[in-house]
Amino acid sequence: MPVSAGRSFLIIVVVAAVTFFTRVIPFLIFPKGKEIPPKVLYLGKVLPPAIIGMLIIYCFRNVNFLAGSHGAAELIAAGVVVVLHIWKRNNLLSIGVGTVLYMWLVQAVF
Amino acid sequence: MYKKAFRAAFPHTVPVLTGYLFIGIAFGVMFQEKGYHFLWAVLMSILVYAGSGQYLAVQFFAPGVRFIDMIFMTFMVNVRHIFYGLSLLERFGRMGKKRLYMIFSLTDETYSLFFVTKVPKDVPEDKFLFAIAVLDQFYWVLGSAIGALAGAVLPFRAEGIDFAMTALFLVIFVEQWLAGGNRIPAVIGLVFAGVLRLVAGSDSFILPSMICIMICLIWGRRYIEQERREGEDDNAG
Repeated sequence: MPVSAGRSFLIIVVVAAVTFFTRVIPFLIFPKGKEIPPKVLYLGKVLPPAIIGMLIIYCFRNVNFLAGSHGAAELIAAGVVVVLHIWKRNNLLSIGVGTVLYMWLVQAVF
Repeated sequence: MYKKAFRAAFPHTVPVLTGYLFIGIAFGVMFQEKGYHFLWAVLMSILVYAGSGQYLAVQFFAPGVRFIDMIFMTFMVNVRHIFYGLSLLERFGRMGKKRLYMIFSLTDETYSLFFVTKVPKDVPEDKFLFAIAVLDQFYWVLGSAIGALAGAVLPFRAEGIDFAMTALFLVIFVEQWLAGGNRIPAVIGLVFAGVLRLVAGSDSFILPSMICIMICLIWGRRYIEQERREGEDDNAG
């Protein structure tokens, strides 16, 4: 262990507290029983699809499309997931095939 | 009643099971390489429960890292979570004693599942959501334990398996796209995050993206809400 057990424990507690804090903020601002302004209710409804879009970009954030294999493995696997899902609408099938394909691409092809 | 809720929730969590098990293993391996007993990895995954946050935190276990830097870096890596609760104020408000755990458990994946998964008619919503949250964290803790115990001797190459998480978000995106209704918010999220990833770089684009997305959604409210209504009418017809 590079630092003492006491310090290690303290680090975990601090990281846990900060992480929880980011998740609890909206619930502190709008506690139970307090009326939620219509603007916030509206945001609550339209944010999830926007955040899912952002999370897709977040997953690809470290892919370099300009060098190396130009993100070919990511683009191929993502394309297969999307097409397969539009075709079959089966979550596990789309995710399973896409993941196995991607693993094969990064391990054996690129 | 909980048994039924867990049984109903389990199939929905299988993609997260795949992803969390393996990114959990990757975390466990990294932490164990620092010289920590596997129970430390388990403790951290129970108390912290954040993918990228815990990957980052592994670096904190070194002499000389200041707590103020840990706080700031952890906050920045998790800053997107601030906005997740906004969509769940009412649903979690109905969850009684479980509410605090539900807030704690709001990872990207759990949040996304809450948003796309339809609660079965014969299971109470609060128990169903709770089951999803608990199962997801269980996979995460289990993965961390496996990685910290046996990661170095795992018999097969798991490189790339974390793509399961990307695939999950893609599937959710396609589902909401095909569901009809208003597609503007989805496009706003994708485009702003994409552009800001190019402009601001991979480490610092999330906060500006979230701010731009919020501003844009608020600005376009009149237009988006009108479209929403029309979209809902389409669904009804």
